[in-house]
Amino acid sequence: MSDNIILEMNHITKEFSGVKALDDVNIKLKKGEIHALCGENGAGKSTLMNVLSGVYPYGTYKGDIIYKGEKCAFHNLKESEAKGIVIIHQELALSPLLSVAENVFLGNERTSMKGVIDWTETRRAAREVLARVGLEHEDVNVPVNTLGVGKQQLIEIAKAMAKKVELLILDEPTAALNDEESRKLLDIMLELKKQGITCIIISHKLNEIEYVSDSVTIIRDGKTIETLVKGVDDYSEDRVIKGMVGREMTSRYPAREGVEIGDVIFEVNNWNVFHPDDENRQMLKDINIKVRAGEVVGLAGLMGAGRTEFAMSLFGRSYGQKISGTVKINGKEVHLKTVKEAIKNKLAYISEDRKTYGLNLIGSVQENMTIAARPFFFSKNGVINANDEIVAAEEYRKRINVKTHSINQVVGSLSGGNQQKVVVAKWMLTQPDVLIMDEPTRGIDVGAKYEIYCVINELAKAGKAVIIISSEMPEIIGTCDRIYVINEGQIAGELSKEEVSQEKIMQSIMAHNRKGDEDGTEG
Amino acid sequence: MEQKAKKVVKMDMKQYGMFFALIAIYLVFAILTKGANLTPMNINNLIMQNGYVVILAIGMLLCVLTGNIDLGVGSVVAVTGSFAGIIMMDLKGNMWAAIAAALLVGILTGVFAGFFIAYLEIPPFVTTLATMLMGRGLTYTLLQAQTKGPLPASYNFIGAGFLPVIKIPFGDGTLDLVSIIVAVICSVALVLSELKSIKTKKKYNFAVNPTWQTVTKLAVMLFIIWFFFYKLARYNGLPFVLLIMAILIVIYAFITSKTVAGRQIYALGGNRKAANLSGIDTKKVFFWVYVNMGMLSALAGIVLSARNGSATPKAGDGFEMDAIASCYIGGAAVAGGSGTIVGAVVGAFIMGILNNGMSLFGWSTDIQKIVKGAVLLGAVTLDVLSKRKKS
Repeated sequence: MSDNIILEMNHITKEFSGVKALDDVNIKLKKGEIHALCGENGAGKSTLMNVLSGVYPYGTYKGDIIYKGEKCAFHNLKESEAKGIVIIHQELALSPLLSVAENVFLGNERTSMKGVIDWTETRRAAREVLARVGLEHEDVNVPVNTLGVGKQQLIEIAKAMAKKVELLILDEPTAALNDEESRKLLDIMLELKKQGITCIIISHKLNEIEYVSDSVTIIRDGKTIETLVKGVDDYSEDRVIKGMVGREMTSRYPAREGVEIGDVIFEVNNWNVFHPDDENRQMLKDINIKVRAGEVVGLAGLMGAGRTEFAMSLFGRSYGQKISGTVKINGKEVHLKTVKEAIKNKLAYISEDRKTYGLNLIGSVQENMTIAARPFFFSKNGVINANDEIVAAEEYRKRINVKTHSINQVVGSLSGGNQQKVVVAKWMLTQPDVLIMDEPTRGIDVGAKYEIYCVINELAKAGKAVIIISSEMPEIIGTCDRIYVINEGQIAGELSKEEVSQEKIMQSIMAHNRKGDEDGTEG
Repeated sequence: MEQKAKKVVKMDMKQYGMFFALIAIYLVFAILTKGANLTPMNINNLIMQNGYVVILAIGMLLCVLTGNIDLGVGSVVAVTGSFAGIIMMDLKGNMWAAIAAALLVGILTGVFAGFFIAYLEIPPFVTTLATMLMGRGLTYTLLQAQTKGPLPASYNFIGAGFLPVIKIPFGDGTLDLVSIIVAVICSVALVLSELKSIKTKKKYNFAVNPTWQTVTKLAVMLFIIWFFFYKLARYNGLPFVLLIMAILIVIYAFITSKTVAGRQIYALGGNRKAANLSGIDTKKVFFWVYVNMGMLSALAGIVLSARNGSATPKAGDGFEMDAIASCYIGGAAVAGGSGTIVGAVVGAFIMGILNNGMSLFGWSTDIQKIVKGAVLLGAVTLDVLSKRKKS
């Protein structure tokens, strides 16, 4: 029996500066099976896979990895790949302008003599491995970016095959694919299984897991909760959801008291947006939402559901093209064609990625806090009132407890939580009536999270409309008065605070997916 | 309690490092040339020879702040100078028409480059490499590869003239009272502004520098001011170019530190995506930065042709490199988002003092280039390494 086990990870514990990302995780894989890994965002799935593949080198974690009966100590990706363990990440690692054949052998080149590429052999071998992933008719000479995302994903798999893969790890392989492409990919996985390749698949799409996998391990808060086996245990979506979210709610969310919910001050009707690079691809379809003064409304959904795209398209059309629909703020219809107009009309958007979209990392705390509000509140005829800015920055530094030596400190040197507070201060200073917060607590510690929740409560108390986008369901449930579930660019459901639960949110998504599938097969 | 303890902060030494470098290099050459670079005439030459580089460095700093450079400035200097020359010599136009035409041509080249860079999103390096080639070719065509001159004396005044003087006998020569009066005004203004800044900081309860540091800083700056103006007073008084430079430094230091538009350049250079999402029209910022560069290149073209008394096809050759080097030596970050006008000006003078000192010492221009290249590389390496240590 034991020789049937290809991989065992025993008692894996991994800490990041004192915080346990993985806590005594155990997982066992049978040779030739497809094993699914399930859990919420941040549960530790990717961390576990990074431990396995050597991204986090041996010695930085505790526990044993036993692969093919042999104890492993990988120090980098190259070592694990040499043993036949290949990981394919969500973001594709293809070089877009190089040919299909060259990409298949990227970093693993077919050479005639040392360092000289044998192009004939490269093309021939590429055709051979591509045939194994159902791409036998593909022209191996075209640049990879001329192919669709689905085919690119398959080329990634072919690339892994070229490395003589025995254990293939797929991290959210279907996140960017449509249903047909997803189905094709899953069928290829079943095909690989017949060829004796073992697979680990990480996915949020539970219907896919049910379809393709033989067993599923559920991870929650860095711990393994259970492993279910197809044909032995209850293997339904509902059962998996229960395992994923079965956590008690503690008081991680400060109570919001004395808030009067007023009239609707923010309203979006029939909002349609198309992909910025592809005018035929509709990203958001007929979205209608309403938010009242003093209300905190959540936008729940899976990654890639279109929530960020929705927020950014509202905020001065920072995303998408062919945008249609109406926006009303304080009962008045507004046309927010630029970010400046959005700010002027009292809308603010805190982006999900503070380092890329939120901050000037080489700028000071004060400069970052006041940059957006400056044209409206801190200048006269284009000349800055520096003293007012300093006073305002000092005030917010104390008010939301930004831990910094002074407001002149460079933002890049602050911790993630404090950087996030600077972004929050920046947008509070624009004095918005409607504030959209996209993943407001991503990657920050528990204490800073609590402080951000307090700020949200304070904003609600002041009669602002707050919209929270979060992939952490407990956070959305813990902070919001009402929740819209968004799936595939559409509103999949609306839940009140009383009726909401993680199961309910997942069920709305699944129900919407099924509806989409049925519509798809009919059409 | 913690707040009170932090009322006093240390001076940011990096900010003054360039000044020390400037003074140190100057002193080294004073020793090497046995004082030849200390003479009143040489101080005057330093100003006049470096006027156009300073003007270009000011404009270039804005480009560098966006994380880019403008390679076309040397050619624009030549084109605008040749337009001015042709209007005065061939079309018999007056000086003002020539100046207006040169500035207009400069602004148009800026609009041209700015349009491609900002609105068609062609990389600035490529766009300005093209304007560099086109501008040089246009100059040779306009001037038919010949020097146009001599230009009228009234025009020459811009590059080689002096402000009015009141000369009195002094020692073995004369002393210009106007220079001395300006030095007094500068000193008083410097001390008053320092006092006002301390007062404001106290009023708003901000941290102030320790007294001894402030006093030392003031003493060094007053010494430089008096040394400088005394030397000029002993020669022909204040060069007109100095007035142009002073006005530009004041205006651009104000724009970059105290205006919404100026700070938007820093925000763009620091993180363009974040700047966009903060309500900044980054295309507009790019456009105006390059239009401004065109205008200042024209001004430099006017000053250069006025000083030479002629428009030549080779004018301004390589100036873009001096201007870019000035910004980097002056502490501007290559990736953009950080740097000051004063830094760029000091950088330009470091280059100028090196040139001047090496010429006086008798080194050829070939050797000078090697040294300038090494200084540029050294300055930027130091800057990058010190930043890396910090983070």
